[in-house]
Amino acid sequence: MESFEAFFSWLYSDHGINLTIGYDSYDRGRFLDGVWTTIKLSVLSILFSLIIGAVGAWVQGSPLRILRVFIGFFIAFFRNTPPLVQLYFFYFAVGTVLRVTGENGLPQPLVSNFGWAVISLSLFAGALNVEIFRSGIEAVPKSTIEASEALGFNRLQTYAYIVLPLAVRVALPSLGTNLVNLVKTTTLAYAIAVPEILYASAQIWSDELNVREMMNVLLLSYIGLVAILVWVLHRWEKALRIPGYGV
Amino acid sequence: MRASFYPKTRSTPPVKGALPVLLPYRSPQATQLSLHEKLFNGWTVLALMLGFAWIMVQQVWAQSGAAQQASVPDILLKWTPVLLKGFGFNVLISILSMAIGTVLGVGLGILQVSPVTATRRTAWLITQFFRNSPWLVLLFYCILLIPFEISVFGLDIPFPGWVKAVIGLSLPVMAYMSEYMRGAILSIPSGQWESADSLGFTRGQTMREVILPQTVKRLAPSWMNLYAVLTMATPLVSIVGVSDVMTLTRSALAAESRVDLLIPMYLYILSWFFIYCYPISRLTVRLERKFAVKL
Amino acid sequence: MTWTPDQPIVSIHNVQKSFGALEVLKGISMDIMKGEVICIIGPSGSGKSTLIRCINALNDIQGGSITVEGQEVHDDNLDQLELRKKVGMVFQQYNLFPHKTALQNVMMAPLKVLKQNRADVEQRARALLKKVRLEGKENNYPGELSGGQQQRVAIARSLAMNPDVMLFDEVTAALDPETVKEVLVTIKDLAAEGMTCILVTHEMGFARELADHIYFTDKGVIVEHGPPATFFDNAQDPRTREFLSQVL
Repeated sequence: MESFEAFFSWLYSDHGINLTIGYDSYDRGRFLDGVWTTIKLSVLSILFSLIIGAVGAWVQGSPLRILRVFIGFFIAFFRNTPPLVQLYFFYFAVGTVLRVTGENGLPQPLVSNFGWAVISLSLFAGALNVEIFRSGIEAVPKSTIEASEALGFNRLQTYAYIVLPLAVRVALPSLGTNLVNLVKTTTLAYAIAVPEILYASAQIWSDELNVREMMNVLLLSYIGLVAILVWVLHRWEKALRIPGYGV
Repeated sequence: MRASFYPKTRSTPPVKGALPVLLPYRSPQATQLSLHEKLFNGWTVLALMLGFAWIMVQQVWAQSGAAQQASVPDILLKWTPVLLKGFGFNVLISILSMAIGTVLGVGLGILQVSPVTATRRTAWLITQFFRNSPWLVLLFYCILLIPFEISVFGLDIPFPGWVKAVIGLSLPVMAYMSEYMRGAILSIPSGQWESADSLGFTRGQTMREVILPQTVKRLAPSWMNLYAVLTMATPLVSIVGVSDVMTLTRSALAAESRVDLLIPMYLYILSWFFIYCYPISRLTVRLERKFAVKL
Repeated sequence: MTWTPDQPIVSIHNVQKSFGALEVLKGISMDIMKGEVICIIGPSGSGKSTLIRCINALNDIQGGSITVEGQEVHDDNLDQLELRKKVGMVFQQYNLFPHKTALQNVMMAPLKVLKQNRADVEQRARALLKKVRLEGKENNYPGELSGGQQQRVAIARSLAMNPDVMLFDEVTAALDPETVKEVLVTIKDLAAEGMTCILVTHEMGFARELADHIYFTDKGVIVEHGPPATFFDNAQDPRTREFLSQVL
């Protein structure tokens, strides 16, 4: 560890490249906390957005028109308004109204800023996931669904065991693009002071005045995170590949 | 050595057996127009949004009836001219960024199918780099690292924040455009390259006269969709200190400092973006369907 | 309500079915006894497939009645699962689940729908695949099997639900001529074991050899029916004769 820190101190003293996160444990701590927050934010949002997508696509095939209309509205709203304004709307507007009285008698927010970021990002990405899953579902032939009906599967079982597994395979490329976008969009949480990696970096560069260095570290970190996600998706795609079909 | 003359065209994967195990995948945009969306289109969403804002307003009105406070609709109306100017600025930023990003992206996209390996690789790397970086981080990058003025031949060209923001937003647009361009060029059947080649066209001529005109149609839907995405990204400039509709909205809210104004005001701004972006996405869907048949 | 084996296992009475303005079935009646093999033949578009799809409620009907083991099929209070356990169906396009292996395809419904014990189901599934002569193909995916092999997996998949009646909807129509035989042999084995089979088919030789009774449908009505010998050699109706002269 000492030689690691010594290297970055030398980098600064001899080359003027000031990577404080290399030799200053306080800055490194904040930065790593930021990375961890971004990862938590990404994983939770991906998870919820997938659930929203799967459930939404199922509901869109429901015979109840009111439910289909509701999902249609949900998609139109979240797909045609800026994600940042959505986040502000949730955090500043809804979050201000949604308050409970805390132990000290003062009103306290019901949902934390991290919580609102997860909700807002999940809804934003989930709206597109509904459409992506829907297109995947449309690629499943009606006759395959009939076969499962003839075997006695009910609607939910048919969806869970036959339709969704096939739809996910078909939709995986689009889904991957959207999830990568979602990870990139987690930076918006900066705007409501969630201490994710961008926020942590901004704190560091305003304290240490090493904008150039931190900025490059930041960009590389995101590219690293996206690369990990792309790798995971790739593994997933490979694991789901069905022998004998070019899907 | 003719092999490198035209880029490798994506061939359709061999179909095993003749059975429709999975039907062809339609892009999500193309399926947006299901029946219920024809019946209940986005304008209903807008009406709901405004209606919801109105309900909030009404409740508050009833509560503060006798008080000396101005009503929420009056406040919204009062701020509308200022906010509209801010929104106009967002639109301006989006148009400029789109123009710059499109020009750069088309060039980069063409370089991505260059016969020279090094050029192709470099163009690919640049595209992937900017495509996978968050928009907000690129904005920060440009705002903080581009100097506020550049001297060229003793001439000082100033770079105010909003110009840097335009550049920052045009970078991801460039990268996406480059990807679309590459896809569109590769989707032109190789027969086009071969026949132009056999007619004695040079590579450059083939690109200009034969290939590029055919890509326009294929690019149109993605290009418009990209514009809508860009427009919805413009409020990001408020985070990096460029004054836009979001900045003005927040200062209006601060000036009024009324809790009951929050939800109506944000819904009001959301519906502006909706009014601007929804027709674009509808048109995108329509174009996609129209061209999808011929592709 | 109580059904005894000496009554028809499937009873179709005056069934009418239309898709919008198009009348497909105009009053069809037939009774099928347990263990019988019935072949329905006729020109395409005569409503044969629609008829057998109505038997397991994949299509609904507008008039008449269909009962399976005394239970009315087109009844709002029908327990669909009970019906589907009794009636197995094999489709022209096999319709296997492409993301599951042959063995998983056979095991899926008993496991997920009937919630049976996995070890028992697996044992039975392996036995069924052996019975349709697909030993060794258990772990292949449908995409890796030929059409005839896929169709036999589909038959095994239906049999795994222990049905009392099997419906075959032009099961050989999508197959290469050389693989048709392997599927027909499988069906023959089934019939020999006493399974009640209702087939829509274009295989006249097969119908003649195997069927107990042949129904000829045209334009939504049963034109003529009878045992194969009478039907093929001594058809009465000119439409039947014309059809037979075209296909034989």
